[in-house]
Amino acid sequence: MESFLANIAILVLAGFVGFAVISKVPNTLHTPLMSGTNAIHGIVLLGALIVLGTVDDPGLLMQVICFVAIVFGTVNVVGGFVVTDRMLSMFKRKTPARSSDAEDR
Amino acid sequence: MDELVYGLYIIAVALFIYGLMGLTQPRTAVRGNKIAAAGMALAVVATLIEIRATSNWTLIIAGLVVGVALGIPPALRTKMTAIPQLVALFNGVGGGTVALIAWAEFLETDRFTGLDPAHGLVVPVVVASLLASIIGSISFWGSVVAFSKLQGLLPGRPISLGRLQQPVNILVLLAAVAVAVVIGVGAASTGVNPWWFPVILVVSGVLGLMVVLPIGGADMPVVISLLNALTGLSAAAAGLALNNVAMMVAGMIVGASGSILTKLMANAMNRSIPAIVAGGFGGGAAASQESTGDRTVRSTSAADVAIQLAYANQVIVVPGYGLAVAQAQLAVKDVAKLLESRGVEVKYAIHPVAGRMPGHMNVLLAEADVSYDAMKDMDDINGEFARTDVAMVIGANDVTNPAARTDPNSPIHGMPVLNVDEAKSVIVLKRSMSSGFAGIENQLFYEPQTSMLFGDAKKSVSDVMEQLKAL
Repeated sequence: MESFLANIAILVLAGFVGFAVISKVPNTLHTPLMSGTNAIHGIVLLGALIVLGTVDDPGLLMQVICFVAIVFGTVNVVGGFVVTDRMLSMFKRKTPARSSDAEDR
Repeated sequence: MDELVYGLYIIAVALFIYGLMGLTQPRTAVRGNKIAAAGMALAVVATLIEIRATSNWTLIIAGLVVGVALGIPPALRTKMTAIPQLVALFNGVGGGTVALIAWAEFLETDRFTGLDPAHGLVVPVVVASLLASIIGSISFWGSVVAFSKLQGLLPGRPISLGRLQQPVNILVLLAAVAVAVVIGVGAASTGVNPWWFPVILVVSGVLGLMVVLPIGGADMPVVISLLNALTGLSAAAAGLALNNVAMMVAGMIVGASGSILTKLMANAMNRSIPAIVAGGFGGGAAASQESTGDRTVRSTSAADVAIQLAYANQVIVVPGYGLAVAQAQLAVKDVAKLLESRGVEVKYAIHPVAGRMPGHMNVLLAEADVSYDAMKDMDDINGEFARTDVAMVIGANDVTNPAARTDPNSPIHGMPVLNVDEAKSVIVLKRSMSSGFAGIENQLFYEPQTSMLFGDAKKSVSDVMEQLKAL
């Protein structure tokens, strides 16, 4: 019971952290942010690893389910972070471009 | 070793939060994303340490390798214009993972009857698993529909059962809950037939399809964001079932942040989230379409556009998804540069939902090296149209429709739009007279000061460029 309540406390606090961190974001970064949070919920990969990691002698169905789960989770994590990085790198390039634009004027 | 794993989880979670904080500022965003990725790597390593005694290493490594091989190429190669559907897809597979984990849990624990009460309460674990399976499955199938609509595999218009839609959706939801209750009650005794679990996944999947199919293409960004938040919540539920702190915290943070983002996007379109989920956007379009049937539009030439632009004091470019599809960002930037060298002030008016997601257009323009300072938000620029000589609308449609302000019968009435019609002259670059993503006519095209330059956006802009150089 206690560990369950402790987990609920963690969930509530994490929810507030999520609200607090995100509430001040410029419009410009909404798409990368959506993509970034999307990558972070790839944390579900851990669940797939744990389930397959703790079962002994999985049957064929179990093997298939867990394998697909791990593949899906990995795609979510890796793809999510890579595509976010690609989006953001376009913003990074802008700093020198901006200063040269200013010189033009 | 358990302490080590837990310690690593705490560090990973701290990195997620720190990384997310970085992601909220342009300057630190790239670093923030890398920090979050490092946190994820740490969390995966910690989990591999936790399960080090397993006999299933081959399958685990194979799954990770296949996942990396499938995930990286599309992330690197997909065009920036197709990013929204890619995010939908990545979100969907996350939801799918959660649903599959819950199924595996169900099988592994002998239909939930093998849960050990010493490891915490059994009831919350069963409830959390069932919740995770329902939400995960909804998220997976909903994302598949969102992906198909944006990719053009399914028509963007709402596909619905009309009035029956809501009652049917509620019935399907009740069916999913009923199956969950059957499994839950069975878990308290000797368990249920193992095939009940695929049933819950299928029923929830049907619900995911039924909820997203009736939603029009224009609302799709909000839907993706909503599904993103849902996947986060399902990850938190799965974490609760597995008693895994990293999953709980990361999932919950995504659930919370995704909800805020969804609300911000819905606000930008003046739509409420319940109204979007209730669906049927664009259904009332037929009535207002008929009234515009007898009006004519004025078409113009690249030479005329070039002259107008060259003798303007201020030009506002209104980019839309059409610009992105035609890959005309660079051409537009070149025209802007040439105009600026002749003393014309050029600004970009960016509607919050220009493109397909908030900030999508900023990403696309940044790709073409457009200066950050020249991109103006809707609220900053709307007052300026009245003293602008030429507003050049490139591939944007619904976000410039004055009907949103003036016509109470329009389906988009009340949506904040760019006041393009206030400019002295409006030039619309468009492929044809077809309607926009929301499937409704744009009154702007029939205004007296509006002229249309038909053709592919990139080619039109290049033609204008040639004419400008000749002037």
